Amino acid sequence: MLSRLKRDLTMAEAARAPGGARVDLLLVADMVAPGSKVLDIGAGDGELLRILGEQRGVDGRGIELSREGVNECVAKGLAVIQGDADTDLADYPDDAFDYVILSQTLQATHRPRVVLEHMLRIGRNAVVSFPNFGHWKIRLQLAFGGHMPRTDNLPYSWWDSPNIHFCTIKDFVVLCDVTGAKMDRAVAFNAWGTPLRFNAPWWFWNLFGEQAVFLLSRRG
Amino acid sequence: MGDVDTAPDATSRAREADAPRNSSVARFGVDRPLKLDAGVELTPFQIAYKTYGTLNAERSNAVLICHALTGDHHVASPNPVTGKSGWWETMIGPGKPIDTERYFIICPNVLGGCMGSTGPASTNPGTGAPWGLEFPVITIRDMVRAQAMLLDELKIDTLFAVAGGSMGGMQVLQWAASFPKRVFSALPIACATRHSAQNIAFHEVGRQAVMADPEWRHGRYFAEGTSPRRGLAVARMGAHITYLSDAALHRKFGRKFQDRENPTFSFDADFEVESYLRHQGSSFVERFDANSYLYLTRAMDYFDLAADCGGVIANAFRGAETRFCVVSFTSDWLFPTPESRAIVHALNASGARVSFAEIVTDKGHDAFLLEEPELFAIVRGFLDGAAKARGLKNGK
Repeated sequence: MLSRLKRDLTMAEAARAPGGARVDLLLVADMVAPGSKVLDIGAGDGELLRILGEQRGVDGRGIELSREGVNECVAKGLAVIQGDADTDLADYPDDAFDYVILSQTLQATHRPRVVLEHMLRIGRNAVVSFPNFGHWKIRLQLAFGGHMPRTDNLPYSWWDSPNIHFCTIKDFVVLCDVTGAKMDRAVAFNAWGTPLRFNAPWWFWNLFGEQAVFLLSRRG
Repeated sequence: MGDVDTAPDATSRAREADAPRNSSVARFGVDRPLKLDAGVELTPFQIAYKTYGTLNAERSNAVLICHALTGDHHVASPNPVTGKSGWWETMIGPGKPIDTERYFIICPNVLGGCMGSTGPASTNPGTGAPWGLEFPVITIRDMVRAQAMLLDELKIDTLFAVAGGSMGGMQVLQWAASFPKRVFSALPIACATRHSAQNIAFHEVGRQAVMADPEWRHGRYFAEGTSPRRGLAVARMGAHITYLSDAALHRKFGRKFQDRENPTFSFDADFEVESYLRHQGSSFVERFDANSYLYLTRAMDYFDLAADCGGVIANAFRGAETRFCVVSFTSDWLFPTPESRAIVHALNASGARVSFAEIVTDKGHDAFLLEEPELFAIVRGFLDGAAKARGLKNGK
């Protein structure tokens, strides 16, 4: 699995400037089976849906909170609607999708547990990517700087940050247990988008992974 | 309303209803009656229409445009009655979002209209006189049935797209519900799955204005040589306000006086907005039939897609493979965004592929007819995506 990931990343670097978000999207896309039906929550400008459509031939739909993002997506021919992950997932029927993706949005939701439960109700699988608040740089800033951490990836000041529910990789694993989600795959990677060693222990991932991507499914 | 009296006489309007200028006409004889929701059959009847562009060899690039309440089929070419340009020329034409070099565009006049499709101003073959109130009450579904018969006539099985705003959007939704296999993509703009109580109320005020005009004569104004111009003009004035917005009216007119610096202390049109509305009313009666206005507003009132499907809108679209793009406008208070959101929820619940965009504008309901670059970009992008999925070639 890792070698394939690395190959994808190399291709991505050749195609465009490397950046945290893009590598993250490719790692998410890698977890989605070709030709499946996908709902992307927090579709942004539609980049992930575009990658999924072009590289994996998925039938993709999206929800996006910002009107500008939605209209940009629709003008690109993507099936995206304006909506809020916290309120609008309830309207979707059970088992409507093969995958429900929450890319870099979990920490901005009001009720992450409810959102994750809906994701696993609407889709057979869920893919969640999020910034790891347990990363050593963040720990150092809080422990020794004495202030709320700011990184290239999380540049906001605490008073205007949309991110209200940060968690560490370890915390997220607890949420998976609580919601009854089965972890099928997980990848953590550092600031350069390089995946950490697959056989590394959780504490290592939690300290050195800047971001994480989890593929989940319903237990049982 | 000074220029009302210079309006063309009633007989010329009746002629347009039977023999429309610059239009194609499909005639359906007694062997092909139209079964109406009212429980009666309309026969014979005709549908006037315009086409633009070329139908491809696969017959797969046809786009049906459904017009709004007071629109007509002259969508992208000059209107022979008013001499004005087509009502959606900003949207439809060579290189435009609905590209006539790529798609074959068909726009029919609605059933019940007065511009060449059978309606109350048309001649009733049974009596030789205009139908008037003897014309059966029609519904949005009847309009769509008639359009489907037109497509059969044109030998077009599947539409690449159906698009329209307001009452046109209702027809788009009805198309997707009645003939899902014949609609590849659908663009309902500024509409709803049902007419709200407020909208029915506005329509009732308009109808009462028409019927209160002594010249209406219970709909027999053609025979009696009268014309309910004042009533229809008042109906139009009221309706026109609902197509705009407080902000747009304020931006355009404010409290500005019309050709004067001080109020006249009379009931003359002191304010620009009064003068504008009077002009809207009087120019409308020159091109529209009063009875047609009654029938078409009624058809909108009766529209309730959920009621046809056990109260659940999602059932109307169950298993739909049509690609939808729903569009609303922030300042539209006739069909506000929550109405469009209800369509989107229903489509999501039925698993349909749907896009939804709300466009920020202060132009109100009429924004779909106006210069809205974001709307153009969205329609173009949506159709491009659908064309790719449909395997349509780029341009000619």
